[in-house]
Amino acid sequence: MTRLASGGRIDRSRPLRFTFDALPHTGFAGDTLASALLANGVRVVSQSVTYGRLRGIFSAGVEEPNALVQVGGGTGSEPMLRATQVELYDGLVAESLNARGRLSPEPDVARYDKLFAHCDVLVVGGGSTGLAAALAAGKAGARVILADEQAEVGGTFLGGRDLIDGRPATDWLAEVATDLAALPEVRVLSRATAVGYYDQNCVLIAQRRTAHLGPAAPAAMARQRLWQVRAKQVVLATGAHERPMVFAENDRPGIMLAGAVRTYVNRYGVVPGHRAVIFTNNDSAYACAIDLDDAGLDVPAVVDVRPNPAGGWPDRVRERGIEVLAGQVVSDTAGGNRGLESVWAGQRIDCDLLCVSGGFNPAVHLFIQSQGRLRYDEILACFVPDEAPQAVAVAGAANGTFGLRDCIQEGLAAGAAAASAVGFGDGHPAGAPQVETVAEHPIVPFWLVPDESGATQFVDLERDVTVADVRRAVGAGMQSVEHVKRYTTIGTGSDQGKTAGINSAAIVGALLGQPVAAIGTTTFRPPYVPVSFALFAGRTRGQLFDPARVTPIHPWHVAHGAVFENVGQWKRPWYFPHDGETMEQAVLRECRAVREGVAAMDVSTLGKIDIQGTDALRFLNRIYTNAYDTLAVGHCRYGLMCKADGMVFDDGVVMHVGPDRYLATTTSGGAAAVLDWMEEWLQTEWPDFRVRLTSVSDQWATVAVAGPRSREVLRALAPAMAADAVSFPFMAIREGMVAGIPARVCRISFSGELAFEINVASWYGLRLWEAVMAAGEPFGITPYGTEAMHVLRAEKGYAIIGQDTDGTVTPQDLGMSWVVSKKKDFIGRRSHRRADTARPDRMHLVGLLPVEPEDLLPEGAQLILEPRQEPPVAIVGHVTSSYRSAALGRTFALALVKGGRDRMASQVYAPLPDRLHPATVTEPIFYDKEGLVRDG
Amino acid sequence: MLLIPCPWCGQRDEIEFRYGGAAHVEYPADPETVDDATWARYLFVRPNPKGPLAERWCHSQGCRRWFNIVRDTVTHQIMRSYRMEEAP
Ligand SMILES: [Zn+2]
Repeated sequence: MTRLASGGRIDRSRPLRFTFDALPHTGFAGDTLASALLANGVRVVSQSVTYGRLRGIFSAGVEEPNALVQVGGGTGSEPMLRATQVELYDGLVAESLNARGRLSPEPDVARYDKLFAHCDVLVVGGGSTGLAAALAAGKAGARVILADEQAEVGGTFLGGRDLIDGRPATDWLAEVATDLAALPEVRVLSRATAVGYYDQNCVLIAQRRTAHLGPAAPAAMARQRLWQVRAKQVVLATGAHERPMVFAENDRPGIMLAGAVRTYVNRYGVVPGHRAVIFTNNDSAYACAIDLDDAGLDVPAVVDVRPNPAGGWPDRVRERGIEVLAGQVVSDTAGGNRGLESVWAGQRIDCDLLCVSGGFNPAVHLFIQSQGRLRYDEILACFVPDEAPQAVAVAGAANGTFGLRDCIQEGLAAGAAAASAVGFGDGHPAGAPQVETVAEHPIVPFWLVPDESGATQFVDLERDVTVADVRRAVGAGMQSVEHVKRYTTIGTGSDQGKTAGINSAAIVGALLGQPVAAIGTTTFRPPYVPVSFALFAGRTRGQLFDPARVTPIHPWHVAHGAVFENVGQWKRPWYFPHDGETMEQAVLRECRAVREGVAAMDVSTLGKIDIQGTDALRFLNRIYTNAYDTLAVGHCRYGLMCKADGMVFDDGVVMHVGPDRYLATTTSGGAAAVLDWMEEWLQTEWPDFRVRLTSVSDQWATVAVAGPRSREVLRALAPAMAADAVSFPFMAIREGMVAGIPARVCRISFSGELAFEINVASWYGLRLWEAVMAAGEPFGITPYGTEAMHVLRAEKGYAIIGQDTDGTVTPQDLGMSWVVSKKKDFIGRRSHRRADTARPDRMHLVGLLPVEPEDLLPEGAQLILEPRQEPPVAIVGHVTSSYRSAALGRTFALALVKGGRDRMASQVYAPLPDRLHPATVTEPIFYDKEGLVRDG
Repeated sequence: MLLIPCPWCGQRDEIEFRYGGAAHVEYPADPETVDDATWARYLFVRPNPKGPLAERWCHSQGCRRWFNIVRDTVTHQIMRSYRMEEAP
């Protein structure tokens, strides 16, 4: 065992059992999986992704590149977690991973929440700096959120042995935590990692709420919560990540970051070895030597690249009889299947633990996401924050300020300044506590131990990338660190290269003979740590992901076996199959019912816009291509609208329902876009118009009754309403009682048959439908769906906007010049005179009759003119609609064909995988060309 | 996600809004009298500066009013928000 008898922040009275790769172990409350594994002497935790090399725990935090584990079984199994961040619980089951995890095949039954929050000051990071900032801002009276990624606040100094006001720093920590808890406007979020920093100080925070409880997690509690915080001011106190050293065989288990080793010793009471060597270029690792010496380890040497390390820290170490090998490097290591056994530093030194420190990289990830710029600090040998366009301040180690005293002071100042900037306090923080400091010997940047091959000098441990790979990239001509990243995959692992990025930039610089400042960093993008998709989804899963809209008549459709089709968010009956019927048979039967008897369709999904005001007529005349001056109250008219470029946008029917009042229908999918479009013109170009628009799509339910016998059904439903052709002509509106319900009936037809559309308040929709079915029963009334409706309208050559058009089609292309006014201005009119829209060889809507009457062309099929051509073959158009027709007794299609109206009766070919399919170009109308049936 | 100041409702999240492209694109007073080039400029040519851009937004999930803002296309900072009838 390598657990110390005392010390640390673990609770030795609460042992916890767990398994790792099926072997049982025991840890304590307060352990992470990583600290517990080290305490149990587990040194090898994974094999590397490319070379299969043994790897051990390398860090103590979010930057961990090696110790990726799968935790838990069954539906709660989580892949690719960092052992350094997994809190131990009793019964935890973990497995090592070889490069990738496994998603559970079962749906995740846990709950994930989202929460929106606002504050004056958001402090990211609950180390000494962040705590000081939150305290200063909170005491000034600001509303503060402090987000900290760990289970308890304190950050790095939980792993240190500093004194504040002459007492252990953790005493100060406890006082600050108490003070913060007493401030009503301060909220401390634990286990909450800020993962994204977006515009206008929008920060996303992923909070883990129950995973650390294991099976004891309350079922009703959300497993994770996504906080979207808007902060007036942000203080980033995100700390720094220690840099590894790059030397041959630097990836053995037992080689760890020096700061991480301090954390394991001081916070978890674990010594990850028995005999330790330190390899550093700065003073911080000397504290590690002292901690290990105090913990009773052999510490034979500190290897320091600096030629003459002197002053407080080196002297303290030397006083203990630890040798300082100045001006030396560790150039190689040796070891076996339990990891490190010795290092070479001009001499062989036996050891099973090598603590490395190459300096510190401020954790500037969020700062960069906030669009902040970095500059390279030559003295600190790292990139530090420079300018920031957003209201953000960076403090402490994230700002290149190392040392507890300076971090606390800078945190207090940043918190007070942030609060003051939004009107709380005078910007001057209370006095800082006394912290003992030792004068530091400056860091000497050191990026790479010279080595000929570089094949075992690992730069990115998670991605298994070496100096040799970087050399290859530079040799291939890569000069930008972004290119090297993509060529070598450095920094593309799930750790995003937190320990690899700056080293790789410096090595690229060394190979190109440029300073690291000139090379720069790659761009850090969100998320800062991996976030599960389940959290982003939150509760918007299943039915809540994209809500389904249904009409009031929907229950009847369901009860009668309708097959549904999605139209936008609407569920519409596609067809109503009888027992044993195929879709084709059902659709042919439904079509026949419309053409020969009577049938009913639920058309409640059509968009409906109520248009009122003294300028309503003027408004319609500008929006639609045709004119409405002659449309009397009680009549309706088909209307088409274009965008300003002259292309067809939507269509519908405009009903004149009263003085200065109209009701316009839109396509089912286009309702919202049309209303937005109308509002845009009304508000931005014609603000003087007295017109008001209201969406009433959901307020009306509509039933279309179509077929030669529809008049008889209407008579049965509304005996008082004169329904003969003279009293109730085509395109007329009548109001009256239908089946005892106040209704508005329009004689319009989208099928080409005699038809009536009955509109009632949506509350009565189902009752109306049932009454229609009952009244129609003696006539054999048949419910029909959207597929039959599509076939019927295509037989008449009525285009469906969005199916037969695609935003590049003019009314003239559709052969609908009859609906385009020559006398008035409307949106898009001027565009119809543009050279391109006036071309004679534009794509025209035409009909197609396949030469073989059973040949059903697929919609979207390309069309060519000549059967035998050398490539490249010119495409002249494509099929937009294609059906089997009961009325025609054959197949037919609509198509957009270049200059199509000049190709009548000629042949085109659809080149399909099996062969060429010939078809004859026709007028786009196949049924009742004179309109006698419709007007009957 | 942008925080957009609606002149009628105040600061709201971007998800409540619909983007309407560049603002102050003059609709020709009489489209029938302008030549093809002028009309094409109205239809297709839009400013694309690196820096401040006046643009239209609609608070479609809120008050449904169209308005203008000036936004820096580099930093996404919003310098101004004003009603349709206000001068640019
Ligand atoms: Zn608004």
